[in-house]
Amino acid sequence: MNGQISPGPENSKLARLFRSPTVRALLSLLVVVLLGLVFNAEGAFFKWGTHRDMLRQVSVFGILACGMTLVIITSGIDLSVGSVLGLTAVLFSLFSIHLGWWPWLTVVACFAAGAACGAASGALIARFNIQPFIATLAMMVFARGLAKFVSGGQKISTAVMQPDGTYQYVEVPRIFDLLNARILGENLTVVTLIMLVCVAGCYLVLAKLRWGRYFYAVGGNEEAARLSGVPVAAVKVLAYGLSGFFCALAGICQAAQELQGDPEAGMAYELTAIAIVVIGGTSLRGGRGTIWLTLLGTMTIGYLEKILSINAVGEASRLMLTGMIIIVAVLFQKRES
Amino acid sequence: MSQIGPGSPARSPERLLLMEDIVKSFSGVRVLDSVRFELLAGEVHVLAGENGAGKSTLIKILSGAYSDYQGTIRLGERTVNFRSPQEALANGISVIYQEISLVGPMSVADNIFLGRETVRAAGWLAPKVQQQEARRLLEELGLEVDVTRPVEEYPVSVQQMVEIVKALSYDSQIIVMDEPTSSLTEPEVERLFAIIGVLKQRGCGIIYISHKMEEIYRIADRITVLRDGRYVGTRAAAELPQAELIRWMVGREISQQFPRRDFSGGPVILKVEHLTVPGGKGAAHPLVDDVSFEVRAGEILGLAGLQGSGNSDLLNGLFGTFGATVRGSVSLEGRPFEVRSPAHSIDRSLALLTNDRKANGMVPQMSISHNLTLASLEKFSALGWIESAKEIQAGRNRMESLRIKAASLFQEVGTLSGGNQQKVILGKWLETGPRVLFLDEPTRGVDVAVKHEIYELMNQWTAAGCAILLITSEMPELLAMADRILVMYRGRVSAELDRRQATQEKILQAAMGETSVRQT
Repeated sequence: MNGQISPGPENSKLARLFRSPTVRALLSLLVVVLLGLVFNAEGAFFKWGTHRDMLRQVSVFGILACGMTLVIITSGIDLSVGSVLGLTAVLFSLFSIHLGWWPWLTVVACFAAGAACGAASGALIARFNIQPFIATLAMMVFARGLAKFVSGGQKISTAVMQPDGTYQYVEVPRIFDLLNARILGENLTVVTLIMLVCVAGCYLVLAKLRWGRYFYAVGGNEEAARLSGVPVAAVKVLAYGLSGFFCALAGICQAAQELQGDPEAGMAYELTAIAIVVIGGTSLRGGRGTIWLTLLGTMTIGYLEKILSINAVGEASRLMLTGMIIIVAVLFQKRES
Repeated sequence: MSQIGPGSPARSPERLLLMEDIVKSFSGVRVLDSVRFELLAGEVHVLAGENGAGKSTLIKILSGAYSDYQGTIRLGERTVNFRSPQEALANGISVIYQEISLVGPMSVADNIFLGRETVRAAGWLAPKVQQQEARRLLEELGLEVDVTRPVEEYPVSVQQMVEIVKALSYDSQIIVMDEPTSSLTEPEVERLFAIIGVLKQRGCGIIYISHKMEEIYRIADRITVLRDGRYVGTRAAAELPQAELIRWMVGREISQQFPRRDFSGGPVILKVEHLTVPGGKGAAHPLVDDVSFEVRAGEILGLAGLQGSGNSDLLNGLFGTFGATVRGSVSLEGRPFEVRSPAHSIDRSLALLTNDRKANGMVPQMSISHNLTLASLEKFSALGWIESAKEIQAGRNRMESLRIKAASLFQEVGTLSGGNQQKVILGKWLETGPRVLFLDEPTRGVDVAVKHEIYELMNQWTAAGCAILLITSEMPELLAMADRILVMYRGRVSAELDRRQATQEKILQAAMGETSVRQT
């Protein structure tokens, strides 16, 4: 109640600039990059390859964060993204390596599976009024179980078990190579390109399409939206369905990068995806945010991880530091807003 | 009580508060300029002014929410400068805001003593002692409430009383009430006024903010008016006629308060027969019980009734807020109309302005532009792709025709004043091209000038052939604007009054259950 801080005397353009979420997200990124310049691991940070690796490693998270952004704008949350990623990674490997399906059919089947998982969460939330946290938590557990069931708990790789119990190595399907290819003089992986296309797609949805506008309306004031004729239930199913679609895309990319479908893949990725969205500055309360913020958040998290790893910070310290840095970044964003 | 003009010293009653030369700026813009305010013991001092006149800012300074201002505040003989609401509270200043700020699931007693729990040694709570004290405080105001029940189980009016009791439990001498009656029904308002009477006798000073003229004149001892952040004047209520007060607030003359022109009759546009809106599980009677009426193009049909009478449920039921649960037959523009959902109703040219713009009227984070087109977005997005230029043009036109005051079309609606928010929501519905408008408290929390504009707009729409179903808790507004009035009691129509026959007494009688033969 009333805890409003009155703005100080500074009313310059600079102050107004600082209040813009995009500028804040950029500043967070800048601070992390500066950290990299200081802790450059004997010049490793200045090598082009480091930045290239960062982009490659963060792309899968970036794709997940795209879907997460849509869901969070509708004032929801999707905890199932990591599991759905695991499920689709397994399905992709199974269909393309073991069953030898036609590659595009495989892709379409994975998209369908991912979107179905998401839409199921969305339907539970919209029709039965289950809280997004609970519905997607259930989906998270279920999809992980399904991934293990489908794969028999094994990693689905190019080593195919024969009826006599021996393993025979099959050739890696071409689509794997295609996804792992680098373009622009070896500088950009196809996976990163896919992430950028996802960002552009989300931009179009959120800024140009009627349904994107409805995402904001539902997240901002669901009842007002409903009374204005917005099909709230359909909007929710669509948001979670799209999130599931992005999970499938990320799962395919992950499988391609690892050359296998690991039923354990994507464990705890949902947390990174949420962290990306939050560090970008999209409000968890819903109704606000843009995909550009998420792109900036993706870069911030990507650099953070990279800087910690080139400095050979051990996993334990890395996790603790990441946790602390997320809080610092979010506090920084919150100031005055 | 003899009255005192601005500046003259208080004689008999003790002076509780004097704020002088108060200046407050936000980012270099002065929102308060040399404002003066005085409060005596035992008086109700109404602070009047349009939205944005600086009333809330002044209250926030008094209550410690803003501590960087110029000027002096004196409590009795002491000069004070509160740095936090807690400090103001400790000095006997309580503010009761429009929005209830209680913790719903906690009990009445726990709410009253929240943050100052009675504890025994070692921090053990003493709920019994607390409950007893809470009960005593409530009884002093003539309220019998089970203090162990969660506060959310009580109606808003009781919750407000609990807030008042909470203020009293701090031994506050100065009590600020910011539009306390905006969600109360007539009998509840009476109860509030009775309690204010008790507080006056105890020597409390009450600063009362309201936009309702009738209420101001019933309760005010003195009135201070602010306009555009400046002090206009203070005068005894008895010596400040309403026309003068409005001139003080608006800065110009508003000739006729209610400009309703006479209704000349048109074809029936909406016909409702045997409409029933079922109540929730275990409800004693349906929300709306077998109601029939018709409305003509160009007509304003008033729906009167106390809270719980079902008038608001009637509008919501017809509009599809409760889905397809309503029974009865409805015909709209000569064709049968099936109640299904808000989306379906909008397609059939109905529009509903709800009575709570924060809860379900606007999307505060979205811009004026996006709010204006929310209910008619399909018009601007063939194949789902929003045509920005078209949308912005429509927004600009609407902003101009409704005289929405804002920095730009892209300002967030949540940052606008109440009157402008209301205009944006009205604009949203006009954008859908409605034939029948359901207006549920269209002037709630809106200042005098905007109220007048809304009345003018209602005239324009009806002149253009719209029909309006109007609910308002302000009796003069209802009597002046409605061509015909249906009075509801417990979900049923208890009277139908023509514009010429309707009086406040007849309406109240019917609203309190005295069924009369339907006239006309």
